[in-house]
Amino acid sequence: MSVNVSSSKIEKRHMGLKASRNLSNTAIYILLVAISIIWLIPFVCILLQSFRVESTIQVGYVIPRVWGLNNYKNLLSTDFPKWYLNTFIAAMATAVFQTIIVLCMSYTLSRFRFKLRKPLMRMMLILGMFPGMLTMIILYNVLKDLGLTQANSVPGLILVYIASSGMGYYVSKGFFDTIPKSLDEAARVDGATRFQVLMKIILPLAKPIVIYTILTAFMAPWGDYVFARYISFGTSSGKNVAVGLYDWLNHDQIDKCYTMFCAGGVLVALPVTILFMCLQKYYVEGVTGGAVKG
Amino acid sequence: MIKFNTLDYLKLSKWDRFCLKIAVFLNLIPARIFALVKKLLILIKNLLLAIYNEAADILVTFINGDWKTRLSYVVMGFGSIARGQILRGALFLLFEIVFILYMILAGGHWLSLITTLGKKGPSTTYDPILDVYTPVYNDNSFKILLYSVLTVFFIIAFIFTWRVNIKQNKIAQKILASGKKLKSSKDDLRSMVDDQFHKTLLALPLTGIIIFTVLPIFFMILVAFTNYDGSHNGFTNSLFTWVGLDNFNTMLSWTANTQGGVQSYSATFGEVLTWTLIWAFFATFTNYFLGMFVAMAINKKGINLKKLWRTILVLTIAIPQFISLLYVGKMFAKNGIINGFLMNMGWIETALPFWEKANWARVTVILINIWIGIPYLMLITTGILMNIPQDLYESARIDGANAWQQYRKITLPYMLFVTGPYLLTSFTGNMNNFNVIFLLTGGAPTNPAASSAAGSVGYTDLLVTWLFKITTGAEAAYNIASVIGILVFVAVAVISLVVYNLLPSIKNEEDFQ
Repeated sequence: MSVNVSSSKIEKRHMGLKASRNLSNTAIYILLVAISIIWLIPFVCILLQSFRVESTIQVGYVIPRVWGLNNYKNLLSTDFPKWYLNTFIAAMATAVFQTIIVLCMSYTLSRFRFKLRKPLMRMMLILGMFPGMLTMIILYNVLKDLGLTQANSVPGLILVYIASSGMGYYVSKGFFDTIPKSLDEAARVDGATRFQVLMKIILPLAKPIVIYTILTAFMAPWGDYVFARYISFGTSSGKNVAVGLYDWLNHDQIDKCYTMFCAGGVLVALPVTILFMCLQKYYVEGVTGGAVKG
Repeated sequence: MIKFNTLDYLKLSKWDRFCLKIAVFLNLIPARIFALVKKLLILIKNLLLAIYNEAADILVTFINGDWKTRLSYVVMGFGSIARGQILRGALFLLFEIVFILYMILAGGHWLSLITTLGKKGPSTTYDPILDVYTPVYNDNSFKILLYSVLTVFFIIAFIFTWRVNIKQNKIAQKILASGKKLKSSKDDLRSMVDDQFHKTLLALPLTGIIIFTVLPIFFMILVAFTNYDGSHNGFTNSLFTWVGLDNFNTMLSWTANTQGGVQSYSATFGEVLTWTLIWAFFATFTNYFLGMFVAMAINKKGINLKKLWRTILVLTIAIPQFISLLYVGKMFAKNGIINGFLMNMGWIETALPFWEKANWARVTVILINIWIGIPYLMLITTGILMNIPQDLYESARIDGANAWQQYRKITLPYMLFVTGPYLLTSFTGNMNNFNVIFLLTGGAPTNPAASSAAGSVGYTDLLVTWLFKITTGAEAAYNIASVIGILVFVAVAVISLVVYNLLPSIKNEEDFQ
């Protein structure tokens, strides 16, 4: 008898648990839907407003009354295509060179044990504590002397983006640390040089982190405002998209250019986002792996 | 101080325990400072010892050396060339020639001007025929300082190479004396991709870092001790020169507070620093806890479409921040979509002052930062949450722990343990979070009391955005900007050092493993 009672009790309790789990799951679904809406709304708005024809000013409603591609057409008559090209070239070059530099740095710090290794890492940690903004002033002046500012800003931008990129070695070093050292040693025993070990054994295994590095390096120039602002100061053709579109939202321009900003924003975001979503897997791996190891 | 044993300690209330912990921490500070000073002294001692040893070795090598070695003291690489290591020797020799040429042609000139940063400022000459005054530019303080720093770097590099050259001679002599053969130039080239491969790999990245980071930082530290600003730009209007600690005085002395309704630099600095710390605290921890919460919600058993929820959040990382931040910033404007929506619904009569009032703006910035930050934190915490051993929860459930207790006693300690270092870097990163503040508010609303030289600093300005405003502002006070930069460095370094030593994952590495 007593056994029966307790078993029915357990059943009851089980049902209760199930009901409360259902309830909390429903709450979570509601929350997730709410979050999705909040997170997507700005992008939906920007997309919708880029098609608005009736006015170019900022308005309190979202859905256009008259739809059209006017804003996109108007973009062509501005310097926007030039900015776009500037940013694209800078992004491509940065993706190539930064990846090479970061991989050199992180591979070395992960695999080699030399006397200056620890001091070097400590030095870079300390250097990273200085606000990067500080060095911009002098870099700007030096580049100005070299004639790499204003209309010729792209090579200057690339130079600055890649030059110090070795300091961002943390994530990929964390990845290299996880590749077993016995692989290197086996190849070394077979007579491979260090260079051959890197090219033939490590790099093929490091594909995820190579893609991660390329992706982040490619995306960074699209969002850089500070240095591009310094370096293109006073010209329009030397700007990148961030500086150009930022200036459209100035007090004296915003009424004329607000919807054009939306259209430009869509054109910038689209390719970057598509690329990102395709390579999302690698990005997630890099972020989750890198953050924990510091 | 009273000593507590375990029993006494357990008798204390929670609050008392907390106070006790703080008291113990404060009590340890003098000991910590003492330890630090001791460490520094030992470091200096070791450094002096190392220099002494090097000097002694240089002398002994000279005395014991043959004529090839001795001649290498003057003509770098001679010994290597004479012993058949042509490639090495040639590189040493080339470096010496370049160095000497540079010093004669340029370096010496720049170094001789370093004490005053130039003697002759710009002047004008009168042209009687055309009846115009044309400006004549003479010394350029900026270049003098820059090239002097470069020259000092070059000299250090030369001394280092000279020392290596002597060491090479010593080693070569030893090898030859023991009857072995020296490495040929071919061997040297091969070792560049083999046992010396790390040097080859590091050459390019390190050169970049030294030229584009180390050199500028040295330069800007020196600028903090000059009067380099818009009206002393060192070339076209007036030279700049050394002013000692004046800039630090302007920034840190509280005596000159609020003169004639205008806020002094020091008062502005105090305000901006306070807000920077408050911002960094909230930006870090709101994101951390809410991001963890969202990750747990998505991870929960029985929730479907996990991938979809994650993808929606990750999408916001993909879109360049300047677009999303600028656009969201405008959404909250007086005539923006948010206010328009609220007014259309009839919930408010007049537009809410999201960006117009100091505290409104500060709260709005923190809220929007949550929108920016949660996707990253969701990604980071998801992986770690899945690593928590499930049997911990299993046994907690059997003991009757509810969801909150499980979170409080299992999830949170585990997360804090693993992500401690990340939280620290994220805190210091937020102190320097230029993008979010600048693109959202540009520092607005402006602080009307601040002086114009402070570059129209606002209530949401962080130290870094303030620094940027000062350098791009009308008065372009680079010297003050450098001081701010140095102070940011000091703040970040102190916080990192103190917190790093307190982190549980550093103190007891073995827990949770």
